[in-house]
Amino acid sequence: MTKLLHSRRLWIAAVVVLVGLSAPWWLSAYFLGVLTTAYYFGVFAMSWDLLFGFAGMVNFGPTFLIGLGAYGAAILNAEAGMPIPVCLVFGTFISLIGGVLLALPAMRLRGAYFGLITLVAVLLMQYAIVIFAHVTGGEIGMTVPSVLSIDATTNYLYALIFMVICGIVLYGLSRSAIGLILEATGQDDIEAAALGFNVAKHRLAAFCISAALSGLAGGMLVFYLGAASIDTVIDLSIGVQIIIASVLGGRRTILGAVIGAIVLLLADELLRPLGQLNTFVVSAFALAVILFFPDGLLGHLLHAGERQ
Amino acid sequence: MIGLQILIDGFAISSLYALGAIGFTLIFGVSGVLNLAHGGIMLIAALIGWYVAYTFNVSPYIGGAVGIVAGLISAYATYYIVVRPIQRSRTIPAEEHEIFILTATLLWGIMIQVGMDFLFTDNPVTMRPLLPGVISVLGVRTPKNEMMIGVLCWVVIGLMWLLINRTRAGKTLLAASDNPRALGLLGFEISRVYLLAWTIYGLLAGVAGVLLASFLGISSAGAGELTASAFSIVVLGGLGSVTGSLVGAYIVGYLETITAYLIAPTLRPIPALLLLVVVVYVRPQGLLGRR
Repeated sequence: MTKLLHSRRLWIAAVVVLVGLSAPWWLSAYFLGVLTTAYYFGVFAMSWDLLFGFAGMVNFGPTFLIGLGAYGAAILNAEAGMPIPVCLVFGTFISLIGGVLLALPAMRLRGAYFGLITLVAVLLMQYAIVIFAHVTGGEIGMTVPSVLSIDATTNYLYALIFMVICGIVLYGLSRSAIGLILEATGQDDIEAAALGFNVAKHRLAAFCISAALSGLAGGMLVFYLGAASIDTVIDLSIGVQIIIASVLGGRRTILGAVIGAIVLLLADELLRPLGQLNTFVVSAFALAVILFFPDGLLGHLLHAGERQ
Repeated sequence: MIGLQILIDGFAISSLYALGAIGFTLIFGVSGVLNLAHGGIMLIAALIGWYVAYTFNVSPYIGGAVGIVAGLISAYATYYIVVRPIQRSRTIPAEEHEIFILTATLLWGIMIQVGMDFLFTDNPVTMRPLLPGVISVLGVRTPKNEMMIGVLCWVVIGLMWLLINRTRAGKTLLAASDNPRALGLLGFEISRVYLLAWTIYGLLAGVAGVLLASFLGISSAGAGELTASAFSIVVLGGLGSVTGSLVGAYIVGYLETITAYLIAPTLRPIPALLLLVVVVYVRPQGLLGRR
């Protein structure tokens, strides 16, 4: 039974990766660009799912961690002219510190209280960026001198490989003992503690991993776009998109988050003719999924397989 | 002189915040629901009220009344379309209801905001003042409308206090916030109690939206901000505590006004946000919250 389930997931993932690798041969550069962004969003959504789905922490501010990584890398690149890998490591490190800072209240607070703190963190960061506009470019944003590549296919493959590696790490983690303990603490932290598991340690680990990957992906996105701005990596609407992607794909599945992100960003592109109503349709669709298929797209598929 | 100005402006804005936040905390106290579409409901009331008053060229009172009804209807829609299905769902485990309601009302709020944006654009609109004219208090010129809004807020808050503490229906609300299961065992229909809570909530959010449109103006882009401010006020004061929300609203309102007048208008929300972070770290249950 579990073997079948396992092979089914593996099978889905393998097909997705193969189709993804072949995309440069049959997709236009424009859609490659859309997918490149979608893959970075996939990493954001997977990292979010680790906190929400497994550790049970409502993080309304995924963009806090992403923004720290993105702006950390961008500022080091623009101000000190460091090469991209150094900047990415620096951004990841800054984001890691942010993750620990967020984990501190998470040790004491649950549910909505923690959600509010994460929301406030994003707002405060947004204000800080506007106040220190001489370094951060303020509301307009800043351009970075270095980019990953100017070739659409290369950029696409960077994003795909990065996402696959993050996917393997996070999925592997979620299936390991650590993932199970994390899930237990998310569902009932008192009982998990009573069973002898160190709730605080596991929760802190989840925050660090989620923060590091979010920050790294944020940095990569900046060097793909060649710019960092509030609208692309920090705004609350970006955070909402990540949440929608993750819930749409199916919480507590990790890989579902990737599917959610791709579906969401493609839908966003394809529904562009609708103009403003595009967000309305996407949100309504996500709401319908939550109400009727609370396990999300992938979760629903897998559960259907379980019942057979 | 500037002190008096801060006192007057702060009073009006704080009273408005209080009105917006009380309904939010009431729903949480009674049914444990945090409605992240809160700003959206205020927005519907304000924009429809403005639209009616402006298009049919009727008095702002009639427009406001229509807006309040629209707020009530959208509160019911929120309850029946979004919240109740999740509360009754069998596929969603009970311990995840809270998370699902947060996510679902967040999406619902976005739908409202985008829908209103589509219908009315995101240009800020201002309702004609309910009471035109300016009076001078010890040399500070203040619009009469501003004073009246502050007073109106307190009238509505007072009426709600009477309703909750002095009527039978209100006492069932209080009982439901203490122990819904015991109330059910005593033979009260819980879903009716919830419906009453949502009715009061819809009216309060509607009045707050209409008054906001008349005082500061409103734009569909501001829905998220309205939700965030109600959310922070309520957490600052203590989730579920009505008195706490009043205190929270005044702290936030005055802090913002003082910052805007004495430091810089652009930094307006920052001290309140920092205070919120400190309070939540030190005293997670809020200033007057119970655990």
